[in-house]
Amino acid sequence: MGEKVLMKGNEAIGEAAIRSGCRHFFGYPITPQTELSAYMVKKMPKIGGVFLQAESEVAAINMVYGAAAAGVRAMTSSSSPGISLKSEGISYLAAGDLPCVIVNIVRGGPGLGGIQPAQSDYFQATRGGGHGDYHLIVLAPNSVQELVYLTADAFNLSDEYRIPVMLLGDGTLGQMMEPVDFDSIPEPVYAEKPWAATGTENKRDKNVIETLFLEATELEERVLEREKKYDVVKEKLQRYEAHNTDDADIIISSYGITSRVVETAVKILRDEGIKAGVIRPITLWPFPEKIYKQVKPKAFLSVEMSTGQMVEDIRLACECSAPVYFCGRTGGVIPTPDEVVQKVKDILKEVK
Amino acid sequence: MENCEVILAGFGGQGILFTGKLLAYAAMLKGKQLSWLPSYGPEMRGGTANCHVIVADEPIGSPIVTKPNILVAMNKPPLDKFEDSVAKNGYIFVDSSLIDRRVERTDVNAVYIDSTRIANEIGNKNLANMVMLGAILKTTEVFSLSEIEETMKKSLPAKRLPLVETNMKAVKEGYDLV
Amino acid sequence: MSKTIYAKPKSLTDTTFRYCPGCSHGIVHKLVCEVIDELDIQGKTIAVEPVGCAVTAHNYFNFDVVQAAHGRAPAVATGIKRSLPDRIVFTYQGDGDLASIGTAETVHSATRGENITVIFINNTIYGMTGGQMAPTSLPGQVTQTSPYGRDTHTQGYPVRICEMLATLDGPSYIARVSTDTVPHIKEAKKAIKKAFENQINGKGFSIVEILSTCPTNWGMSPIEAMKRLQDEMIPYYPLGVYKDVEEVNE
Repeated sequence: MGEKVLMKGNEAIGEAAIRSGCRHFFGYPITPQTELSAYMVKKMPKIGGVFLQAESEVAAINMVYGAAAAGVRAMTSSSSPGISLKSEGISYLAAGDLPCVIVNIVRGGPGLGGIQPAQSDYFQATRGGGHGDYHLIVLAPNSVQELVYLTADAFNLSDEYRIPVMLLGDGTLGQMMEPVDFDSIPEPVYAEKPWAATGTENKRDKNVIETLFLEATELEERVLEREKKYDVVKEKLQRYEAHNTDDADIIISSYGITSRVVETAVKILRDEGIKAGVIRPITLWPFPEKIYKQVKPKAFLSVEMSTGQMVEDIRLACECSAPVYFCGRTGGVIPTPDEVVQKVKDILKEVK
Repeated sequence: MENCEVILAGFGGQGILFTGKLLAYAAMLKGKQLSWLPSYGPEMRGGTANCHVIVADEPIGSPIVTKPNILVAMNKPPLDKFEDSVAKNGYIFVDSSLIDRRVERTDVNAVYIDSTRIANEIGNKNLANMVMLGAILKTTEVFSLSEIEETMKKSLPAKRLPLVETNMKAVKEGYDLV
Repeated sequence: MSKTIYAKPKSLTDTTFRYCPGCSHGIVHKLVCEVIDELDIQGKTIAVEPVGCAVTAHNYFNFDVVQAAHGRAPAVATGIKRSLPDRIVFTYQGDGDLASIGTAETVHSATRGENITVIFINNTIYGMTGGQMAPTSLPGQVTQTSPYGRDTHTQGYPVRICEMLATLDGPSYIARVSTDTVPHIKEAKKAIKKAFENQINGKGFSIVEILSTCPTNWGMSPIEAMKRLQDEMIPYYPLGVYKDVEEVNE
């Protein structure tokens, strides 16, 4: 482990992206991700990189599309309302099989919503958000250190699979400071990009990045080809953290900052002799469904800062092996450990 | 106390976030687990500002402090808002220059520091946070004076290093008051 | 001995144009490709094609092509150019793409002085979707979505892109040309060449608006369409150079 620095989550993403070889960042201001853009605009000129404040989120994501088509590591970041605007471009990036990293520091919604932390964009992130049959790889860190690791992973995975990767944080993770070590982050693994539109130099046939296929059978073929890739990702990339699951009467799932609240709650529960365990999804897509088929609690509980979104994936994953409950706050309110503890006690009365 | 869960609160411009950062940075230099979480949004400019700092030995769960064992109220609204949440036997530090009421709880340790007035006396009202920090250090022994001085030297950007002396003077004022 | 007096530009593929008879796309595609050949930049060129009839341009362009979402071509081109500054990047957009859904991208890439070239086909109608009113449709023009003629009270006035962009400090070259006569086509080629040369010389944003025909959606023969361009479009959209930074500087 190298020397630790104290850094805000948003800034740490920026530094990790730069260390991962990202030299092209296209942004548009929105709270609560602004520090990431601010970090990038200071750093990029010093290292020969590009920071561009676009005229809109729509333009920013399309600049990413252009940069990704040209074969470079490109990134954009925003928060919920801005991600809705970017969703058009994200669909095109997915359709063009273009690698890039999109950061969503989620705030309360719908509409303008609020600026406090939320997790109500889970469906948007994991189900698409834009139109068409596609997925993003969605990574959900729960600490500043993990933000850094997963930013590095995001670039590598995106290059490897040619799938856009979304880093899903929230206002709390973006704003909080924790010590972080950059020396231990994964090294950039650069993929060959023979498909990129870089100019033929009269040495190869032309490359075309296209997403329009007017022949239905041709489009179907392309979509199914991509689906095969998704199957590989689903098989190989399910990431999670689990503990105390063997004897657990109840397994609590949460991701991102909420998982930190749950950790505190589980400590309280275990101290009181209540057998609570934890499965924390780190990849939200692919959802780590396999682990849910291996555990045998009396109940599952999903804790989220939404009205209940990931809870549906848990229901699908556990295949009704136990009832799945939900506990959450939304609109920017963060659940407290006490609320989780109380919910667990209520559930265990029901399922006993 | 070596570990703590702190809520620092006041209005924007009182150096609330900076004081919290010093505690966080000091914890990092000591090899502790820590988190620092600010309130954010439009209220940062002139409205209320608060930050949550946790110092611990074990990995930190929620970075949101719900039962502080140290509450620092640099003006009245946070005292009203957070007094009830303070852990039993915890500390409430009150800037008595700006807060005209006493702590109502009897199961906590209330410490009244005339920090804004003292800061004015030593020439800069913006140092009230540092005066208060001195009082916190002396009362709770969460960090030593030298640890905080070291932290300032390491965490402040080079051009602001001259501030270390001014800040430490104010910290010592508060330290000696208790 | 036979002598070559004319050849198809090598930047054009052998694919036969699928554009309608009398459509100007074929002419403009050829002009662009001739210019690319003459400047010897085929291997360095990356085109950004729009949504509209020219969404199939990659079938005819013999260099790298990136297909953009509707209206986003200048943003995509910005991303490419900022990633590969030594490449030649141009967008090829119609009026719906550039002057309606993509107005923000057009204006802002222009005002940034983005070092790209924009080829703008103005034929006063949406072609690919079957002839709807465009931002550049003339007052009174009958289209599928202005069946009683464009009513300026409810449907507003046409957008004059060159005049509008010429108010900005960012662009280096703005010209409006036409494809209705041989002399005008020669003028058009000159303008296109200058717009590419500007990019090569690092001068920044250059746009050439090309008044074009769409006989199919105008409900006219190619000859009638050409006459409409001359009689109705050119008076409303005067030809000429609207900005040329070189001239200002000299």
